[in-house]
Amino acid sequence: MTNSWQDIKNADLVIVMGGNAAEAHPCGFKWVIEAKIENKAKLIVVDPRFTRTASVADYYAPIRPGTDIAFLSGVMRYLLENDKIQHEYVRSFTNAGLIVKEGFAFEDGLFSGYNEEKHTYDKSSWDYELDEQGFAKIDETWKHPRCVINLLKKHLDRYTPEMVSRICGTPQDKFLKVCEMIASTSSPERSMTSLFALGWTQHSVGAQNVRSMAMVQLLLGNIGVAGGGMNALRGHSNIQGLTDVGLLSSAMPGYMTMPKDSEPTFDKYMETRQFKPLRPGQMSYWQNYRKFFVSFQKAIYGNAATAENSWAYDWLPKLDVPDYDILRAFEMMDKGQMNGYICQGFNPMQAFPDRGKIRRSLAKLKYLVVVDPLDTETANFWQDFGPQNPSDPASIQTEVFQLPCTCFAEEDGSLVSSARWLQWHWKAADAPGEAKTDIFIIAGLYQRMKAMYAKEGGAFPDPLLNLTWQYADPDEPHPSEMAKEMNGRALADLKDANGNVILKAGQQLDGFAQLKDDGTTMSGCWIFSGSWTEKGNQMARRDATDPREAGIAPNWAWAWPANRRILYNRASADPSGKPWAPHKPVIKWNGASWVGFDTPDYGPTVKPEDSMGPFIMNQEGVGKLFARGGMAEGPFPEHYEPFESPVDNVLHPKVKSNPAARVFPSDREHFGKGEDFPYVGTTYRLTEHFHYWTKHAKINSILQPEEFVEIGEVLAKEKKIEQGGWVRVWSKRGQVICKAYVTKRIKPMMVDGKPTHVIGCPIHWGFTGVARKGYGANTLTPFVGDANTNTPEFKAFLLNIEPTSRPPAIDLAHGPRKAGRSA
Amino acid sequence: MQLTRRGFIKLTGAGLAASSIGALGFGIAGSAQAAAVRQFKLSAATETRNTCTYCSVACGILIYSQGDRAKNVKQAVIHIEGDPDHPVNRGTLCPKGAGLLDIVHAPGRLTKPKYRPAGGTEWKEVSWDFALDRIARLMKEDRDANFIAKNKDGATVNRWTSTGMLAASASSSETSYLTWKWARSLGMVAFDNQARV
Amino acid sequence: MADLQSQNYIRRSATTMTPPTTRSNVEEVAKLIDVSRCIGCKACQSACMEWNDLRPEMEEFQGAYENPHDLNPGVWTLMRFAEYENDHGDLEWLIRKDGCMHCEDPGCLKACPAPGAIVQYANGIVDFISDACIGCGYCIKGCPFNIPRVSEKDHKSYKCTLCSDRVAVGLEPACVKTCPTGAIMFGTKADMKDWAEERIEELKERGFENAGLYDPAEVGGTHVMYVLHHRDKPSLYSGLPDKPHISAVIGLWKHVLKPVALAGIAFAALGAFVHGIVSGPMEVEEEDEAEARKEMERRAKS
Repeated sequence: MTNSWQDIKNADLVIVMGGNAAEAHPCGFKWVIEAKIENKAKLIVVDPRFTRTASVADYYAPIRPGTDIAFLSGVMRYLLENDKIQHEYVRSFTNAGLIVKEGFAFEDGLFSGYNEEKHTYDKSSWDYELDEQGFAKIDETWKHPRCVINLLKKHLDRYTPEMVSRICGTPQDKFLKVCEMIASTSSPERSMTSLFALGWTQHSVGAQNVRSMAMVQLLLGNIGVAGGGMNALRGHSNIQGLTDVGLLSSAMPGYMTMPKDSEPTFDKYMETRQFKPLRPGQMSYWQNYRKFFVSFQKAIYGNAATAENSWAYDWLPKLDVPDYDILRAFEMMDKGQMNGYICQGFNPMQAFPDRGKIRRSLAKLKYLVVVDPLDTETANFWQDFGPQNPSDPASIQTEVFQLPCTCFAEEDGSLVSSARWLQWHWKAADAPGEAKTDIFIIAGLYQRMKAMYAKEGGAFPDPLLNLTWQYADPDEPHPSEMAKEMNGRALADLKDANGNVILKAGQQLDGFAQLKDDGTTMSGCWIFSGSWTEKGNQMARRDATDPREAGIAPNWAWAWPANRRILYNRASADPSGKPWAPHKPVIKWNGASWVGFDTPDYGPTVKPEDSMGPFIMNQEGVGKLFARGGMAEGPFPEHYEPFESPVDNVLHPKVKSNPAARVFPSDREHFGKGEDFPYVGTTYRLTEHFHYWTKHAKINSILQPEEFVEIGEVLAKEKKIEQGGWVRVWSKRGQVICKAYVTKRIKPMMVDGKPTHVIGCPIHWGFTGVARKGYGANTLTPFVGDANTNTPEFKAFLLNIEPTSRPPAIDLAHGPRKAGRSA
Repeated sequence: MQLTRRGFIKLTGAGLAASSIGALGFGIAGSAQAAAVRQFKLSAATETRNTCTYCSVACGILIYSQGDRAKNVKQAVIHIEGDPDHPVNRGTLCPKGAGLLDIVHAPGRLTKPKYRPAGGTEWKEVSWDFALDRIARLMKEDRDANFIAKNKDGATVNRWTSTGMLAASASSSETSYLTWKWARSLGMVAFDNQARV
Repeated sequence: MADLQSQNYIRRSATTMTPPTTRSNVEEVAKLIDVSRCIGCKACQSACMEWNDLRPEMEEFQGAYENPHDLNPGVWTLMRFAEYENDHGDLEWLIRKDGCMHCEDPGCLKACPAPGAIVQYANGIVDFISDACIGCGYCIKGCPFNIPRVSEKDHKSYKCTLCSDRVAVGLEPACVKTCPTGAIMFGTKADMKDWAEERIEELKERGFENAGLYDPAEVGGTHVMYVLHHRDKPSLYSGLPDKPHISAVIGLWKHVLKPVALAGIAFAALGAFVHGIVSGPMEVEEEDEAEARKEMERRAKS
């Protein structure tokens, strides 16, 4: 989230598209209701289903799953056509006027530079024309045909209301009504907030879905302002934290990136991470990358990381592919290229696409370690649970470990909320039985392996043997020790420009501004620097005071970076430093410095007349309507059909789906076609459940006991499916037998002249837990990922459906089948 | 007055059972055991501040446990409700958060390390030492056999691709940092979390 | 059990005693359910089960989001979902939290033949006292909203207590506290009515011209009130009564049937009758209702 949960109340318009905030985040959604009541805000919901969010919306428009880019491109076209953009903002705070170099082109669904064999782009033409000093050229008048705003207009020209309706199935009048409501926030005083989640990301074009709305928000001047922003409502309690700390294949803590094979030396690595400003006078904060990196290496390798060994650069693994993400890992497993797998609080048997492939792949492992507070499908994948998990245990050679760990109530530590708040929590009770903390388990494995390598030697043990582990109890470090390490401390006395000591060696850093690239500071996660200072644990702060009820509450817990609650908040004021919306200022220039309730996202004393852009992390200093090489499939978003789609791409039939998406050749064979699978499937959560956990909780199982799919009345009638009756739902990859919920909330949509039906598949049931036994919606979903993030396409795929009779009792009974009983 | 037979029977039947108690003299005496609300169950329970384990609205919660932390008490969580001071949830909780007690005490909570050998048909309970020793050994064997120190061009790459890990997005940042250190020091690259799903 | 609250009740079932009146300065409380803010998340159901230690049986999915499918002895509140297509052809998903309305003039209490099994406190809460309950099911018949349910296990009647244990120590009910969107509010009845007025005004501005407060005078008003966008048609909300009324049969009960029933003590087969009531449907036959009404009118005249 760029903004905070409470800040939503400052919005004049809330759009929920690509998510279902009321159901997935009810307590955060209260701030939408607050905005409606206190601020007379309107709520728009655009969704294939009339959701519980839609039930309190002022306006609802249906959309076919997987067509959000077409919709939002149509919105952008409307804004430009009707001159409903915030001109001064777009002119000063975006790259609208920058000139793109010759050679950039878009034709028949492909941008310039496509390599058909590799399904990737050479992105060299997706860049600015540079002047002699290496700065991007600009045309302030927007007359140049290749300036970004003109290229954008040209690109969007095809997305007329007729075309949007033809692709998305949204009736034109409804689309135009949404456009009109959105356009109302182009005035500087009004703001719209975008609340989204996996409804946008779980597509083969997921990142571009999000990007499309970010562009809408830039055109409207809604980024950086109170009640605005792009607010990704994140799923798990610490998914934000795990992303911040870089627990992703290609990530390092603090959004640094893992080195690649093509970067054999530290210097080579730094070459592409210098982030030199692309416009005069810009901050381009990533210029400090080297300080963050060196301080990180000092944190994890201590004295073993020296200038001489390039801060132990060689000890970091190098990637030969962009990502060893989950899809690649299971593809490797299926091919027999992976021997071991550790699932720490993670249940891929339910969470990953094409369950059949997941089950088959796990069975090819030599060993599987599952660490979880709860029994999971993954830990039991080898057992025969009947049709929901058919298996022949004796034939599976995987050694499986199931390690019981603590849950939230039984441990101390911090979690990062969706709004980037780091909040400390305290242990309330001991763990049941012999369950142990994850820290005990990781430390236990570390100590054992370290001892083995010390004694026996083995493959390149240096990083493991030199890893810093200065914890009071090396077998179970206390979370406060890691928290302090992430914040970082001085390794030598730190002095200011006048030679005065500001921090003594060993003292906790005040923030990342103190980081050095000479090895005199260490910090395990630079963006968390400031969270545990000499003043103590800032994450445990509990002062809820919120001046002017602005929705900032600056002294509650601590937010990264630098306790900033609204990112890009410099953009909340006009170029001269006056707030665009004087009734809800975030920061403003007082003649000497930037002031406000929030920490300025800017140089605190940088004068407005210096024309430094508000987007200080970008090399241009401004927001990017043209992404340069930042995206895999193009610098502008383009509508591509989902990999399983019932219709052709009417814009460019030859390029139907995302040309740069992640697809493994073997999975292409498992995509269904419209003639066999005529209905569009989409998966989602219900408000009563949390993923695959709460099927273990009695209360939640009482509230939603059993697997079902949602279908419209028209389809039900066509297929003779009864309310609450049993149905068989199948895709090219598998089948689910469950109940049907026939509803008025899903209606057929007219897509390119044909009625299109949607089948909704909630995801929560499996073969463990107290709720009724289910197959899991991932039995149906395709194994294809987004081009940038490799996020699986769970939100749009093809299905068929028919009524069936109640399965025999043995198929519904819980527990593993004993041998010979399973027939 | 006419009542249908069914209505009459039901009315009089029920009335009889009830009235007879009253008519037999308990009517007034009954007041001795009249209205008394249920005892408030949290009066002396221990209150601990925590954060909801589900989504990343990150609602503040109050965990109530039986006992006052005295040495002889085994603390057990008896109730969880929203933290009214928390600036985001202000005491509210969704149907998942309001039912947190049932995940803490879920019948599916694991209490013992378990092991299933290759080809095994059922779980065996094992000790922590057995489990961790065996896993460490399997990992080392696999790493030593498959570690890639240099790629085919001779560049140092130091990666281990044949064992992967999924990290828990409900674990603390401190746990995740320790996990990162350990996994990457081994050269692990197939490393991911729930961000995508 | 000592009767610690004895001075705080104002009504008591099947008793002619005059309630104590010394404590006259007790504010009446009320829960206001603003259905226009409700997202049907069932947090109230969850919190209700958790606080009150209820874990009703897990049922099957039956083609609706209502789970369980009806109130029962372990389900004291239930979200009811109605898909309604309005005159413009637009869909409205009308979601209502169902449960005891804590009537000012409680039909259940009037109907209850067991002394002290149902009481009303001075703050307006209507509470069932299990000790005294005989499981006859009359409260169900007396209730204009079809709320109480008798347990087949212990033959006691159950319903929402408005968390009388929490309210007694100065807290709000569990469902109120947990409600993510503030669709359930709690306070003095006067404050809740004021707040409702503001909400109704806002709904009217948003085009719900028939928005209004549901605090039905037929039962003397309620301590659980609804803000409805369609106050003109309460029944749209999964059958919320347009005009709730206490069955005339209940009025008749004390005057006519009680002596009849007492006379019936000679019958040994009583148990069968009781069973029939407890497990059978509780609807009052229309003709009974009409007859009872006539009888009451006749008696009133005479």
